Amino acid sequence: MNTHYGIYGGQYVAETLMAPLKELEAAYEEATGDESFQREFHEILRDYVGRESPITCARRLSEHLGGAQIILKREDLNHTGAHKINNTIGQALLARRMGKKRLIAETGAGMHGVATATVAALFGLSCDVYMGEIDVKRQAPNVERMKMLGATVHSVSEASATLKDAMNEALRDWVANCDDTFYVIGTVAGPAPYPQIVRDFQSVIGKEARRQCLEKFGRLPDEAIACVGGGSNAMGLFAGFIDDKEVKLVGVEAGGKGLETNQHASSINGGRLGVLHGAKTMLLQTPDGNILDTYSVSAGLDYPGVGPEHCYLHDTKRAEYTVITDDEAIEAFDALCRFEGIIPALESSHALAEAIKRAPHLPKSAILLVNLSGRGDKDMENIRRYKDAKNH
Amino acid sequence: MQRITEAFKKAKRENRGAFVAYVTMGYPTLEQSERAVDDIIAAGADIIELGVPFSDPFADGGVIRTASYKALEQGVTINDVIASAARLRERHPDTAFVLFSYYNLIYSMGLENFAREAARAQIDAVLPVDLPYEERDELLSVIAPRGISFVPLIAPNTTLERVKAFEKGLDNTFLYVITVKGTTGERKNLPPDLAARLEGIRSLTHLPIAAGFGISTREQALEVCKHADGFVVGSRIVKCLSEGRKPCLS
Repeated sequence: MNTHYGIYGGQYVAETLMAPLKELEAAYEEATGDESFQREFHEILRDYVGRESPITCARRLSEHLGGAQIILKREDLNHTGAHKINNTIGQALLARRMGKKRLIAETGAGMHGVATATVAALFGLSCDVYMGEIDVKRQAPNVERMKMLGATVHSVSEASATLKDAMNEALRDWVANCDDTFYVIGTVAGPAPYPQIVRDFQSVIGKEARRQCLEKFGRLPDEAIACVGGGSNAMGLFAGFIDDKEVKLVGVEAGGKGLETNQHASSINGGRLGVLHGAKTMLLQTPDGNILDTYSVSAGLDYPGVGPEHCYLHDTKRAEYTVITDDEAIEAFDALCRFEGIIPALESSHALAEAIKRAPHLPKSAILLVNLSGRGDKDMENIRRYKDAKNH
Repeated sequence: MQRITEAFKKAKRENRGAFVAYVTMGYPTLEQSERAVDDIIAAGADIIELGVPFSDPFADGGVIRTASYKALEQGVTINDVIASAARLRERHPDTAFVLFSYYNLIYSMGLENFAREAARAQIDAVLPVDLPYEERDELLSVIAPRGISFVPLIAPNTTLERVKAFEKGLDNTFLYVITVKGTTGERKNLPPDLAARLEGIRSLTHLPIAAGFGISTREQALEVCKHADGFVVGSRIVKCLSEGRKPCLS
């Protein structure tokens, strides 16, 4: 298995977690070679998640922009409303295989928390979710959903009270309870083997989209665009096209109020190499090596690190990483609502905003494939508040 | 100077376990934490772990976390802690100092730069809590040439095979045996199989072993030292400091 991506990745964890990581690695390797595991995974994706998810031509939006065609990969139509469920189903199957009775997870926007609570209910496992206090407030509907599904939500109030602190608390739980507890990491970050496991489970997005593009257009897209916080939906999309050198891969980081303001969450574009939460990766940090508070209107992108493979794809120039600000993301959000009747998640709106920027400069024959990683129901209150603040 | 080796030898000669004490540097202030180190050395500590405050102390329990955040609020950095170590070294030429840190703080300095500064402050060893055996070589390759050692952590679920590998290439150090799965912090009871575990580890290493995590009473320390060469006290000390008391075991 891949433990390092160039200089990135690795297993920078407390010694107590090395045994559970090795146990996970062994279980995953065994499961990968087990046809019945793969069959069950794909059956659940089909019968429970509702895969495959379609691709949708954003016709009116594309016409309005007057350039490339924007195509949406509709992960927002998955059960629970985002791509996160692809990964939690896979990890819950692993947990069951390993005889673990309890799932724990960290969550930012709450989508991964909901997806974990959902599979815990589906497989009859107990579930504790750690969420920063600030996120608990700004993503209240998802907190309610997790509770309905039977999970216990722990509000983490210390330090910056966002995703990184939730992950710290989840790690503390895991280190104390690793015998019976499976830590469901929600993104392609963390210590090996998590980045690869999450990428593999999410690769269904890119594989489907590739086939769907060929069926519908007789060719591959020119660009595949996805938002990057930790980077799981992007890695899932990219995985389908990584060997198609003619397809540009574009990751979009959260620019918050702009890179120059230091109020952003753009680890690749604005960060420096470091080690956090088990991996060597690009991090937003002070000159002394303490981790910075990040900022984005989108809770799901509000994380100071990024998956190690993204750093590697950036270094090798296989993918490019751009930045979209809050304002641009909200504009894109509005555009998709009004032109297509689709309410996107704020996270996905970042990817969409990048496509909206690019489309007018490209010929009508060009295809921009955007991963619409989640739906925006959870963001209603947040967006209303953001707009109110802008108008005053 | 082999201060760590000497500390364990001295304790053995005196027929007791070596007392390893952890202090979060910069808490309540840098100056007060330096004085706390003076006090603890006067009270008989053989080895001091100088804890570097970090923004994301995911291996620590509440007491040390709170202290770390307070220290950070005052802007205490790893450079400040190394400067503290240099001042403490002038006053305590024979006491062993171990820098206890999250790896990012060390890495962020640039490994060569870190090794040079730590050597200048005559720090004896480094203990990065999140740098397991698999990843430690890049650090070892820069600190070893400067005579700085490395303290490996052994967890309750570390196989004896792994333990064997840990001591390779190391001297002037000890194996830090974590007594419980979990974060730092006081525990009422230590696990019943701890004695056997310590004996098992002791039988296959030439390095001294010290047990830590959860030890807060004199009785626990005495019990542990029947099977180990030393014991570590951390949260208990930081808690005393937070209450404005001189550090002590209950």
